[in-house]
Amino acid sequence: MHNFDFVKPSTIADAVAALAHEGAQALSGGQTLIPTMKQRLAAPAVLVSLTGIGEMQGVCRGEGGLHIGAATTHARVAREAAAHYPALAALAGGIGDPAVRNRGTIGGSLANNDPSACYPAAVLGSGATIVTNTRTIPADDFFRGMFTTALMDGEIITEVRFPIPERAAYAKFVQPASRFALTGVFVAKFPSGVRVAVTGASEGGVFRWNEAEAALTANFSAASVEGLTVSPEGMIRDLHGTPEYRANLVKVMTKRAVTSAK
Amino acid sequence: MPKDGGIGASTKRREDVRFLTGSGRYTDDINLRGQAYAHFLRSQVAHGRINRIDTAAAAAMPGVLRIFTAADFAGVGGLPCGWQVTDRHGKPMQEPKHPVLAEGKVRHVGDPIAMIVAETPEQARDAAEAIVVDIDELPAVVDMKAALAEGAPKVHDELASNLCYDWGFVEDNREAVNAAFAGAHHVTTLELVNNRLVANAMEPRVAVGDYDFATDTSTLYTTSQNPHVIRLLMGAFVLGIPEHKLRVVAPDVGGGFGSKIFHYAEEAACTFAARQLRRPVKWTAARSESFMTDAHGRDHVTKIELALDKDGHFLAIRTETYANMGAYLSTFAPSVPTWLHGTLMAGNYKTPLIYVNVKAVFTNTVPVDAYRGAGRPEATFQLERIIDKAAREMGIDPIEIRRRNFVTEFPYQTPVAVVYDTGNYHATMDKLLEMVDLAGFEARRAESAARGKLRGFGIAHYIEACGIAPSNLVGQLGARAGLYESATVRVNATGSITVMTGSHSHGQGHETTFAQVVAEMIGIDAKNVEIVHGDTANTPMGMGTYGSRSLAVGGSALVRATNKIVNKAKKIAAHLLEAAEGDIELKDGRFTVAGTDKGVDWGSVCLAAYVPHNYPLENLEPGLEETAFYDPSNFTYPAGAYGCEVEVDPETGKVEIVAFAAADDFGNVVNPMIVEGQVHGGLAQGIGQALLETCAYDENGQLLTGSYMDYAMPRADDLPFYRVDHSCITPCTHNPLGVKGCGEAGAIGSPPAVVNAVIDALHRAGHTHVTHIDMPLTPARVWAAIHRH
Repeated sequence: MHNFDFVKPSTIADAVAALAHEGAQALSGGQTLIPTMKQRLAAPAVLVSLTGIGEMQGVCRGEGGLHIGAATTHARVAREAAAHYPALAALAGGIGDPAVRNRGTIGGSLANNDPSACYPAAVLGSGATIVTNTRTIPADDFFRGMFTTALMDGEIITEVRFPIPERAAYAKFVQPASRFALTGVFVAKFPSGVRVAVTGASEGGVFRWNEAEAALTANFSAASVEGLTVSPEGMIRDLHGTPEYRANLVKVMTKRAVTSAK
Repeated sequence: MPKDGGIGASTKRREDVRFLTGSGRYTDDINLRGQAYAHFLRSQVAHGRINRIDTAAAAAMPGVLRIFTAADFAGVGGLPCGWQVTDRHGKPMQEPKHPVLAEGKVRHVGDPIAMIVAETPEQARDAAEAIVVDIDELPAVVDMKAALAEGAPKVHDELASNLCYDWGFVEDNREAVNAAFAGAHHVTTLELVNNRLVANAMEPRVAVGDYDFATDTSTLYTTSQNPHVIRLLMGAFVLGIPEHKLRVVAPDVGGGFGSKIFHYAEEAACTFAARQLRRPVKWTAARSESFMTDAHGRDHVTKIELALDKDGHFLAIRTETYANMGAYLSTFAPSVPTWLHGTLMAGNYKTPLIYVNVKAVFTNTVPVDAYRGAGRPEATFQLERIIDKAAREMGIDPIEIRRRNFVTEFPYQTPVAVVYDTGNYHATMDKLLEMVDLAGFEARRAESAARGKLRGFGIAHYIEACGIAPSNLVGQLGARAGLYESATVRVNATGSITVMTGSHSHGQGHETTFAQVVAEMIGIDAKNVEIVHGDTANTPMGMGTYGSRSLAVGGSALVRATNKIVNKAKKIAAHLLEAAEGDIELKDGRFTVAGTDKGVDWGSVCLAAYVPHNYPLENLEPGLEETAFYDPSNFTYPAGAYGCEVEVDPETGKVEIVAFAAADDFGNVVNPMIVEGQVHGGLAQGIGQALLETCAYDENGQLLTGSYMDYAMPRADDLPFYRVDHSCITPCTHNPLGVKGCGEAGAIGSPPAVVNAVIDALHRAGHTHVTHIDMPLTPARVWAAIHRH
């Protein structure tokens, strides 16, 4: 790791100001950034910690659903969202291991947009809203492909607002080594329809499986998905699975999420 | 039995007090005054010609003391290979030079190009980034068969080809084996891969070199399973330092699994640099360095054929194996696919004719060498897989076909050189069947099926050759070392005992078990016995720990030395008791005169030896200290039956091991708890190989599994609760403890049991087109096999 300066502002305004410095980089839970720095693949001059900002912490009911401060750890979401949005709490409680869950944050995960991360599936599958220091971004506009988001330079996610569905579940099939999602599917049933978001499978990052959404909106049961096919085109090929295998998992995990939704 | 645990007691491991409280002293805990830090600049390409290394800018950076490249090692030897294999035509193997730092070419990702020594690790690493290396990347060879093709790029330009050797065993049987196949009722053929593994010891490798100019003495602290071997190899063959001026210390070592047997470049480089700089020089591997520099294991591609008569009796076995050596010959690499593999191809079975052909191949990958089991898992996997396949093809129950072919009379001369001294394979099979409840299997399978899961049961029986090894025999086979073991038993003046052993414990628990042996023999409390190991300065020359040899060979040396102690102590007791030596008996730490109530306790005899006021000085030396060396007359042959029950999820291909049972015959057992722990650990690694672990390269020789993001280590929830048993005991006939060794068994017997269980599950579910799946049986592979992708 190269040397760097470290600042830990207590307000969003101070954080935004600090991020304006040359070579500044926002640090939340650091679960990706710190290992990358240790491998010397990233060398920011200034790390601006976002975890000391009170208004970016916590889980509470608010307008339109559940509001989660962007610097809230997975462990805290797992605990505090359970009564309001059990599928989201379960997803948070299944990320990584206890050490990861007690450092990693929802905002950090979303800003990084790892194609195998869990949170993007929940956010896209719930139709959540990303709140930043300058604007609000609907989930459908936020994810722009692997490790790419709608965030501008220096823009900070401050909060994520989740509408609460009638029923929902996340079904994750883990990559055997990293235990990231080899394919994970988040299914959420709202009065207006069903949303299905898939992570881990596509070279384009998290995506919505529109055919399944239509079928499940018509009839919310695993059987409705049975007749659908998923094209392997554009799916990830690596040591852990072929595009065909991932395409299969999209369907299998969708069925399992539907079956377990509550 | 002594009250604190002699032979047979599950004494808690005394070393765990320090390991579990963070009080262990590992190599990385050693920090010497004035210590500098080494960082190795490593090749990022698998194969390339080094045109120029410009260190000028790096050398001027803050804190940099010196930058070493191959030119600095001009007067230094290469890393030696400890075993020379002779090929089927009587020619010695091709043995390329293995320089400490890359000379002219780099041959695998991770090959060290330069060593930077600086005041801090960060400064050394900063300077490494400033070194300019001009390399012409060359085409890499990764696949073994491609490496042997006409015109393939050569890993070593000076060699005729990438073929290290073409070994035939037993070469004289070749035609007879072919004839047996020609006349056989049935021939089963199986092509398979034994996947490349990374040992992944919990503690990465560390080396600290030190030099005392006042005494002209070098010291190396290193993560080694055999400090005396490192002293000999590095001192005599690399750096030219005689033993009396070179000390090697391997303190607490956090696991080896074979990967810490070998002499590595970093050990020699740090020792050399410390001498040059007159500063201690320390290197600690990052985990990513472990992946690309620790010797890998396995990596065989095999075609095996089994000839049978109409009743399923084995007539002959014929194999052709390609064994990956990697880019250089690691210390014992040539022996693994040959003498540790071909000699085990008889398994537990009476197969009269066997021919094993092994082509060892150089590739642009990390050197491959012994890993837990070393050659024996490869032999067992082929054999136990093809037996299952043959049984299925011939409609014979897999347990029955094994029983029909079991060796039942001992000693048994196999057609592959070794002689099994003892065993009872029907007994271990019987014990396993008691443990697994096969009668209830159908009901369990139906219950799984109701949940959409496919249940299967697989069995494997293994044999291994442990207690390595008779020196005169291995000498004939090409070993450049003896494989005896040593012990010094030093009785202190008040009767406590310090044992110096040439064995090395890096997780095995010798400090506990060796003390149990001595305590039992003398009849004193084991807490009065201390075991010292790991330092060439205070232990007799020994060959270290691997090949499940420590109790069988090191323990035998210990018994011998202790017997010498007891014999001398009896003479002293006879003098003190004014009795004939022949009448003295030792029991429960007390010497008595047979048939009388006269006696003297152990402590008084010991004190007399060191305060010899009343002592037969005219015909007995004072003191009570003895050394013994033990060279085994044969290998030991642990064997066992393993059973695995799995559930396969046909939608995802995920395999879950729902039950695993192991019935082992390890001969006599000193500490059952430690033996069970060894089996558990071996099973974790064997199941890891079967379901999770693989070390993969892309076609350019880039390591795809360079971290735990992609290399799947088994975790607790990947593993079942094991049922293990070691009550089937046929004591080894040729060592004094009757012990066989238990360290590798789990890793040897479990992979075929797991794979057999998965294939069984698929067949029972009607997926009869699946005759084999290569390890690891990842969900993606199992799913692809089921769905013919």
